[in-house]
Amino acid sequence: MTITMAAPKRRAVRLTKRTGDSWTAGYMLLPALLTLALVAGYPIVAALRLSFVEVADQINPQTGMLEKTESLGLGNYVGLFVGDSGEAFRNAFMNTTLFTVIGVVVETALGVAMALVMNKAFRARALVRVSVLVPWAIPTAISGLMWKWIFESDGIANTVLNAEIIWTADNSTIFGFISAPFTAVLVADIWKTAPFIGLIVLAGLQVVPKEVYEAAKVDGAGPFTTFWRITLPLIKPTVVVAVLFRMLDALKMFDLPFVLVGANKHSVETLSMLAQFELSNVRYGPAAAYSTVLFAYVAVIAFVFVKMLGADLVGRGLKGRG
Amino acid sequence: MTMATTTTTATATARRYGRLLSYVGIGAIVLYCLAPFYWMVVSGLRRPSDQFATTPFPNPISFQNFQAAFSATNGFARALLNSFIVAGTTTVFTLAIGITAAYAIARLEFRFKNVVLAVIIATSMFPGISLLVPLLRLFVSLDWINTYQALIVPCMSFALPLTVFNLTAFFKQMPLELEGAAQVDGCTKWQAFRKIILPLAMPGVFTSAILTFIAAWNEFIIALSVTNEKDMRTAPVITALFTGQYKYDQPFGTQMAAGVAVTIPLVIGVLIFQRRIVDGLTAGALK
Repeated sequence: MTITMAAPKRRAVRLTKRTGDSWTAGYMLLPALLTLALVAGYPIVAALRLSFVEVADQINPQTGMLEKTESLGLGNYVGLFVGDSGEAFRNAFMNTTLFTVIGVVVETALGVAMALVMNKAFRARALVRVSVLVPWAIPTAISGLMWKWIFESDGIANTVLNAEIIWTADNSTIFGFISAPFTAVLVADIWKTAPFIGLIVLAGLQVVPKEVYEAAKVDGAGPFTTFWRITLPLIKPTVVVAVLFRMLDALKMFDLPFVLVGANKHSVETLSMLAQFELSNVRYGPAAAYSTVLFAYVAVIAFVFVKMLGADLVGRGLKGRG
Repeated sequence: MTMATTTTTATATARRYGRLLSYVGIGAIVLYCLAPFYWMVVSGLRRPSDQFATTPFPNPISFQNFQAAFSATNGFARALLNSFIVAGTTTVFTLAIGITAAYAIARLEFRFKNVVLAVIIATSMFPGISLLVPLLRLFVSLDWINTYQALIVPCMSFALPLTVFNLTAFFKQMPLELEGAAQVDGCTKWQAFRKIILPLAMPGVFTSAILTFIAAWNEFIIALSVTNEKDMRTAPVITALFTGQYKYDQPFGTQMAAGVAVTIPLVIGVLIFQRRIVDGLTAGALK
């Protein structure tokens, strides 16, 4: 009796609350959404349009002067596949992909290992936390410089390795087939980001209840079985999100190769660098085409992660921390 | 009895080995993270004449590289100031508009909430260069090259989603009864936010501020592309572009000293706010 009477009342309350919230929420969201529309929404659409704009030098028949004319067409995209620009694009695409795949695989393995060690640490926790934050906090451009210095031909890397490798020259190789500058950039990138993955995974490890491990121990599971069968499946959602964030970041890589090796260097040029090089030479059309391809690449990777691997980004943001 | 003793000794030994292994692991992590940074500091503190020395300590310690970095011809001090202005303004702006947005997403009921959050997360994934190409063209036509607004406005594109994402996670943590109690006392939703939630959320706001500031301070590709005058360069850009006395002579000592100077504010921040930074960094990745 009381239950049937209470039910409609509660619904009425919720209804008024919902409509009331919508207006407040609208006002509260408006400044942020407007700003994002201006600084991110508009540019991404403008970049797409710009990628179809072709600039050509033409003589104006009336004045006889050389003029720049703009027309819409697919020329910039054709340029991705033919001639020198096509070669540069294929190279940048390969470099970007290899940096991302190799880098993220090594970083994740190292990061998970670091997290496992840190999770077991009972002393010196503050020291570990600060140490792990240092590579993350150093500006990427500065870490590029730092590694350039380490990889100098008379530098500490060659001293420690007892080698005479010219790390930062464009076509220098190790063992005759591995690109030295590519390796140097990869090392610098892994150094900077593996600890970050370690931090994220550590947070995931810390919410796994102790009872789970105790139960595994009682059932006679060794450390490896425990890791593969229990720890890894439990932290998988955290690792997937960390890997996604890292991949999206790695696909945009610019600072490290730019500072460590330089602009327009075949061995390390990424899509971001190629687009920025075109931009710095005021070739907006090709720059827009390269950067639009990069945008599509990032979008596809994000889509695959969210749809197929279930990287639950929206749900996470909504639920916050429990 | 004997069996029990053996088992205890065995576990004790295993635990001791485990602990030893954990110390070795911790040592390896600390060394991995700090050794390259230590090398930058040491190289910055050497005399230019023994720049290529490989001793673990600078002998004697010299501040010549730091003097060179801050010498008037480099414009490094001005660049540090520029970095403070750009990162500071970006942080203040993004917080001002991000706090209310995060509050609405975290604690208000409204339609299309998932869409709004998805849009904000999606924009955070936009590559900087994709936004920079049309923005640079726009800035050229607006005559904004070498201005603070050209440095700040594009930074909002990554700083704002970061702030909203972090603050949303923080607001979610706060007990839901807070607004209820405020409403019982006759507060509107807006008053509940302003008078009750906001003061309590200050630690979270502060954490977001640190993370946003660091992200803006470290920004490189935008700052490199929208400026071409020394006076308007930010610290990371000017450090990377330092030129030596001779054309092919990269002034590594000066650059290491400058690199330390750019990094020191961040390392101090990390030392003081380590817990908060870790909380903020991991907030988005956990349920």
